[in-house]
Amino acid sequence: MPTTFIINGRTETVDLPPDMPLLWALRDGLNLTGTKFGCGVAACGACTVHVNGQAVRSCQTALGDVAGATVTTIEGLGNPAALHAVQAAWLAAQVAQCGYCQSGQIMQAAALLAETPNPTDAQIDEAMSGNLCRCGTYPRIRAAVQDAANRLKEA
Amino acid sequence: MGRVMKIARRGFLFGSVALIGGVAFGWYRYATPHGNPLESGLGAGEATLNPYVLIDANGVTVIAPRAEMGQGIHTTLAALVAEEMDLDWSTIRVIHGPASKAYYNAAILGEGVPFAPTDDSRLANTVRGAMDIPAKFLGLQITGGSSSIPDAYEKMRLAGAAARMALVEAAAARLNIPAAQLSTENGAVIAPDGTRIPYPDLAVDAARIDLRSEPALKPRESWRLLGRTLPRTDMLAKVTGTETFAIDLRLPGMRFATVRTNPRLGGAMLSYDAGVAESMPGVERIVPLENGVAVVATNTWIAMQAAATITFDWGAAPYPATSAEMADILRASFTPDHLDSTNRDDGDVDAALPPDAFTAEYTVPHLAHATMEPMSTAALLKDGHLTIWSGHQLPTQILKEAPEMTGLPPEAITVETLPMGGGFGRRAEMDIVRQAIIVAQAIEGTPVLVSWSREEDMTHDFYRPAAIARVRASVADGRITAFDFATACPSVVSSQMGRIGISLPGPDGTIVQGAWEQPYRLPNHRVTGYRAPPMAPLGSWRSVGASQNAFFHETAMDELAHLAGVDPIEFRLSQIDHAPSRTVLETVAELSGWGSTTPGRAKGVAFCLSFGVPTAQVIEVEDTPNGLRMTGAWIAADVGTALDPGNIEAQLQGAMIYGLSAAIRGEITFADGMVEQTNFWDYEPMRLSQCPPIRVQVLQNQTHIRGIGEPGTPPAAPALGNAIFALTGQRLRDLPFVRAVTFA
Ligand code: FES
Ligand code: FES
Repeated sequence: MPTTFIINGRTETVDLPPDMPLLWALRDGLNLTGTKFGCGVAACGACTVHVNGQAVRSCQTALGDVAGATVTTIEGLGNPAALHAVQAAWLAAQVAQCGYCQSGQIMQAAALLAETPNPTDAQIDEAMSGNLCRCGTYPRIRAAVQDAANRLKEA
Repeated sequence: MGRVMKIARRGFLFGSVALIGGVAFGWYRYATPHGNPLESGLGAGEATLNPYVLIDANGVTVIAPRAEMGQGIHTTLAALVAEEMDLDWSTIRVIHGPASKAYYNAAILGEGVPFAPTDDSRLANTVRGAMDIPAKFLGLQITGGSSSIPDAYEKMRLAGAAARMALVEAAAARLNIPAAQLSTENGAVIAPDGTRIPYPDLAVDAARIDLRSEPALKPRESWRLLGRTLPRTDMLAKVTGTETFAIDLRLPGMRFATVRTNPRLGGAMLSYDAGVAESMPGVERIVPLENGVAVVATNTWIAMQAAATITFDWGAAPYPATSAEMADILRASFTPDHLDSTNRDDGDVDAALPPDAFTAEYTVPHLAHATMEPMSTAALLKDGHLTIWSGHQLPTQILKEAPEMTGLPPEAITVETLPMGGGFGRRAEMDIVRQAIIVAQAIEGTPVLVSWSREEDMTHDFYRPAAIARVRASVADGRITAFDFATACPSVVSSQMGRIGISLPGPDGTIVQGAWEQPYRLPNHRVTGYRAPPMAPLGSWRSVGASQNAFFHETAMDELAHLAGVDPIEFRLSQIDHAPSRTVLETVAELSGWGSTTPGRAKGVAFCLSFGVPTAQVIEVEDTPNGLRMTGAWIAADVGTALDPGNIEAQLQGAMIYGLSAAIRGEITFADGMVEQTNFWDYEPMRLSQCPPIRVQVLQNQTHIRGIGEPGTPPAAPALGNAIFALTGQRLRDLPFVRAVTFA
């Protein structure tokens, strides 16, 4: 049964099993590979996307459950020519090492700041601790989230 | 159209490039036995002097022949060339380039010589220099051992300087002005009247120029790019989700595969039943592998679901079934017949040790690499040509094994080395590549991406070995009077090199790496390595032997400092005679406010000289109602010459966090011949909320330039353990610490 949803501003219909995790519909069905596979069990956050503005783990979200919903991936948050404030902060702080976790980190941070424009250190810790980074970019992630909050206020 | 041009043109690598007679050139300082890989592929109007610089109509592309796995190597290698060529950094392009022995790593064997890094004697330097010969013979294009920068520092600056020299001479000939009156700036030659000739306009002429003298390198005072924190060339792609890791490669008609192989590592597959899998919608093929099967489907998730339904009859593991049995074998290996090395034996340890000497035993478990991107490789066999796309630390090995597996000549193999979602030593292995080749052969004409589930990845690693150390020592008047360090560990080098068909003679230096060469000067001092029998498959894990030996050594040092009643930093300083090492300790003391105490908190220190980099770390811990919490961390390290201070800071922080993840919770255990941990919920790295602020000071007092990917890892575990002792009085001699204490 095909599923129709809005992905990064355009309407798409995909003919994949409705119980397929959204992650794999995005990556292998729509070739939106910016969203990463890390664990498949909600333990790493690499697959984080926004569904109706909320950060969700796309490896745990069934495709059928996003029918009619608005989904945003890293490709829809901003692009190399027009960065989202969180991406601009990440670029300025040179957060990424291997970069594999960073799509998920950025989507998580963007959702945090949309809801909590002035997060405390504790709120940052809480929101970001579901996102693993094996390269250990945590110190720069913390700094970039604060910087992104400031950029969003100025915008 | 040459091979390099084809590489440069691949849209997925760096966008479409319109090349009109691309020119590749650079500089060989001596005859190379491996040829120039750019030569064979050159077309009409193209020329090459060497393999690092490619100029086309749009500008300069630097070939950075080391794999980017997060360490920022493409940026720094490109900067070496860009500095000498006076390129505009904002227009720089960098690619990994083809797999070729011409890009062999001359520095990779340097860490293995039986001379301490602090030994600057003529003999030591001669032997180190001589390691270039076996390295050239092996011809391994390998990324690892924190060796990329020492290997490239002169070579790639010379490549850039030679390119600039040829471009200036070409301009001189065209303008009929002496070369000495020309200058270069932002990718162009500038004439005295201000006329600007961009490099692409001169490239074809320049490539025909035979340089007669060795180009001079810029003096350090004139550097504009080196020595500064540069914007990383891969940062924009990595914050926009547009970097292409192997797992992200998408080609028209591509199929998606996953594998299940014997969880008893190295055991055979006796039989399997894929009946259910075969009938699942979307499943196209079941392909038998060397020790398991691959499922080929239209979607990775479908392949993974189908693979989970396959039942297997697996052969037994060719090693003991449990971690407890492996530990017994380690304990039984402290015997003369297992003696591997006694690299240090100063004074007379046996005579100096009193009957009531301090004795302690320390242990570490196996560890997985757990790169964030699970193993993945794509392959396409079509019209007699095999292309492999892989994030790989050893691409020349693919060029060796692919022809053996397929019967194709080496010219019919193309290896595209893609950025890796973490490497840490894991991606120097051939397992995933061989699987991708076998599947590509089975579905010839169709491109396939093989990617592993996290469970397959966690349970099919080449692990950091479990190891044990025994220390006997005595102190008097605040100093060590005798220090006897012995460790038993299976050989990582023979396990890893054996898999690629290389046997290196002599002791395995990694068994005692991080212990024997430490700059402590003790009157009676022995370091003995025992080679335990091979057990589970082993691999290089960030910092290799130093990852366990620094824990053993520096925990023992801390115990002895307390025994002697001396401050742990003072204790080290009074017995270390290597000036740069002393300075990192003094620096970390100052940086961390060592000696000042906050109630309810305490600090611990550790030091390790690994990969030639003296590194000292201090960690502060606090006891909270929820358990121990790290409240601060400080690092001082001396790399000799800091090419990109910001990147070095990031590497030191990341390497420390990698070490802390292992120290707190990292443990791979075996039961029934199989690894018990399967995913991040039972092999859980440190999370952001656990990470303390980490302040870094990079020092440059050493004479030799050093790489920085690994040296930040070894001191992390002992610094944390020593801090916990300082706070609680509980001495932790076994990793991971979570076995004994609770962390918030
Ligand atoms: S892949 Fe979804 S949380 Fe790890
Ligand atoms: S940057 Fe490599 S896993 Fe986060």
